[in-house]
Amino acid sequence: MNRSLPALLAAAASGIIFGIGLAISRMIDPQKVLNFLDFAAIPSGGWDPSLAFVMLGGVLVAFFGMRLDRLMVAPLAVPSFIRQVHFEIDRPIVTGAAIFGLGWGLTGLCPGPAIANLGLIPSSIALFVAAMLVGSWSMGQIMQWSANRRAGG
Amino acid sequence: MENFTPFSATVGGLLIGLATSILWVANGRQAGVSGIVGGIFPIHRGDVLWRVIFIVGLPVGAVLGLWIGPMLFSEVPVIRPTLALDPSILVIGGVIVGVGTQLGSGCTSGHGICGISRLSKRSFTAVLTFLATAALTVFVMRHVI
Repeated sequence: MNRSLPALLAAAASGIIFGIGLAISRMIDPQKVLNFLDFAAIPSGGWDPSLAFVMLGGVLVAFFGMRLDRLMVAPLAVPSFIRQVHFEIDRPIVTGAAIFGLGWGLTGLCPGPAIANLGLIPSSIALFVAAMLVGSWSMGQIMQWSANRRAGG
Repeated sequence: MENFTPFSATVGGLLIGLATSILWVANGRQAGVSGIVGGIFPIHRGDVLWRVIFIVGLPVGAVLGLWIGPMLFSEVPVIRPTLALDPSILVIGGVIVGVGTQLGSGCTSGHGICGISRLSKRSFTAVLTFLATAALTVFVMRHVI
């Protein structure tokens, strides 16, 4: 029952606050992200450590927020928490993260800021978001097909 | 360290942490953007609308943040970001990000904020891995080619 009004309002609040955070921290600017990833610029003083402060701020709050379920029987708006199911460090997670980093470093864009930028620079970011959806969907199909093949023997 | 904006970066991060906490406490879901987007298809009844609403909230929030940010912090520029990338790079980069986040079960938000907060070893591994390949890519693009 994720369609209850409180659940939808919470999703809206979360998305909007997330977007505000991305814009205030300027993580919506791919150039700023690339300036963080450019560790070779440290000696010359051209490095921008801001992204690390965004992560720090986010983890500081979420460290407590993501533990509040311990004090609760159920989430406020839905019947149950959807918890992590995979714990093993397997090949897909390492390969996938390595591939993602390649695209992130190439463009300075990751999914959150890319989608948030649909509100700021829609005509220039649309191509990236469309390509990202195609990539994600295609990979999902391949993973589903390979899982089915394994299950079928 | 030119263009370093520690105050707005920290406050923006705190807001992202708050957004993540709201989605967990109210909806029992981890706020990983790639996971929320990727979970729309195939369509499961009752599991689509909240995803769409969260995703629409991101650009709405970005518009608000572009307006609020410079009011709160003099270090935040008033201008919209610019994309100085060739369309072919945008398409290739987009496909790579989509494939990688799907295979790696998450991106900077899901692994970087949610996973690290939960002290998940899987997410720590993912974050170190994508930071390494991203930094290597930037090094090659900016200092080698």
